Amino acid sequence: MMGLFAGLGRRTIDSFGRLGRGTMFLLRALAGMPGLLLRPGLVMQQLYAIGVLSLLIIMVSGTFVGMVLALQGYNTLVTFGAEQSLGVLVALSLLRELGPVVTALLFGGRAGSALTAEIGLMKTTEQLSSMEMMAVDPMRRIIAPRLLAGFLAMPLLAAIFSFLGIMGAHVVSTAALGVDDGAFWSQMQAAVDFREDVMNGVIKSLVFGFVASWIAVYEGYDAVPTSEGVSRATTRTVVHTSLAVLGLDFVLTAVMFG
Amino acid sequence: MNGTSGDILVDVRGLCFSRGERVIFDGVDLQIRRGQVSAIMGPSGTGKTTLLRLIGGQLRPDAGTVHVEGRDVHAMSHRELYALRRRMGMLFQSGALFTHQSVFENVAFPLREHADLPEPVLRDLVLMKLEAVGLRGARDMMPGELSGGMARRVALARAVVLDPMMILYDEPFAGQDPISMGTLVSLIRLMNDTLSLSSVIVSHDVVETSQIADEVFVLSEGRVVESGSPAELAQSESAWVQQFFNALPDGPVPFHYPAPSLGDDLLGPRP
Repeated sequence: MMGLFAGLGRRTIDSFGRLGRGTMFLLRALAGMPGLLLRPGLVMQQLYAIGVLSLLIIMVSGTFVGMVLALQGYNTLVTFGAEQSLGVLVALSLLRELGPVVTALLFGGRAGSALTAEIGLMKTTEQLSSMEMMAVDPMRRIIAPRLLAGFLAMPLLAAIFSFLGIMGAHVVSTAALGVDDGAFWSQMQAAVDFREDVMNGVIKSLVFGFVASWIAVYEGYDAVPTSEGVSRATTRTVVHTSLAVLGLDFVLTAVMFG
Repeated sequence: MNGTSGDILVDVRGLCFSRGERVIFDGVDLQIRRGQVSAIMGPSGTGKTTLLRLIGGQLRPDAGTVHVEGRDVHAMSHRELYALRRRMGMLFQSGALFTHQSVFENVAFPLREHADLPEPVLRDLVLMKLEAVGLRGARDMMPGELSGGMARRVALARAVVLDPMMILYDEPFAGQDPISMGTLVSLIRLMNDTLSLSSVIVSHDVVETSQIADEVFVLSEGRVVESGSPAELAQSESAWVQQFFNALPDGPVPFHYPAPSLGDDLLGPRP
């Protein structure tokens, strides 16, 4: 019994220790951000690696999520004779929730894990140490551009996800389910509020982008420099990102719409 | 080999360092002289690489000081430490080349970061350094396409591209074939003399290191147990130095890692 409590206590202390180290790490990375103004190329490279290379999975997922949403929504709305409001249901679901949340989950699995593995392997192969010995600060050269790129890429990816989701839903609604094209768009236009729905979705994406990128770069930098250590760090990135995004989504939704 | 304080480039005094419960250094004292090739030798696990990281300011000692050019490395600000590192090169055991960049870009990296040079000048400088290590023709290759020896030569070119005052070599000969080893041995000595550098080599390769070192420090049990020229150490009567230099399997450094007796392990209670 004592062992159980001791183990629990040890894990709790370890968790707080990691959180403290992660916060210090974040502050050091943020201190490296101003220097990026002079070297926008570093951020551009990472925007390509994190954002552009994630486009395919985001576009395909967004389209299918929108199409499924249309099918499921139609089945519910038709029983109330409200199937012409399908556009509203799809748009609000995507802009407020599914766009930011699913994009962040996909981001964690695709770009976040790649960031962790890349930085973890740079540490394992002493590339970060060699950079330090060349008087180049890895926090400024490696970490800060990736953190900023993740923060900037997420809202753009979420916007593309939501846009393609709405287009997918439109195709299914009008071509397969018989929803009127004009009703689909006009009801959406009337019901969706730019500040309330679109901007709150963008704020969610920015928060998720910041947290997901922070977790990914920190886990890579803090990885035990062995193949097993990098493997564990990559797993932790996906798990922690998913939990953090879902938890934060509840908090943000409660604050924005509660 | 006594020199004046002006000759001393690196001055390590009373250095103590531990990892958890394990004591790595327990009062190390040594002085590296300018213009020389100095070797720090000892078997695996004696903390040779750790000592390089302490000299480079990547680790902090528990006690003691490391002075480079008369300045305490661990009392420097971040900015001062980075300014010092611009004048230090380090060759890592693995080479530590950036795997996503070509040989040319790896060598150009420190110049791109620290010197605002026109591209033609940068190109000429990089090609001259690559020529010095015999790899000008490999400029477009990626690190994954290089042999271990070639990777270390590229890393050497990168380490000297900023014309440092000192280079730290971490096990430069480990895992090399005889030809690569011979090439590295002559390159290290040649670079040291032609570029007026000071070199610190940590290694356990006795023959190769003895060929080029002016002074050798032998580490054991957290301290420098002997120092002198390779010829002086070869004549040493210390049982420890004799075991190390003659590659004897048993001696002051036991063949067996500390353990309970074999009888207790085989016949005692089973877990």
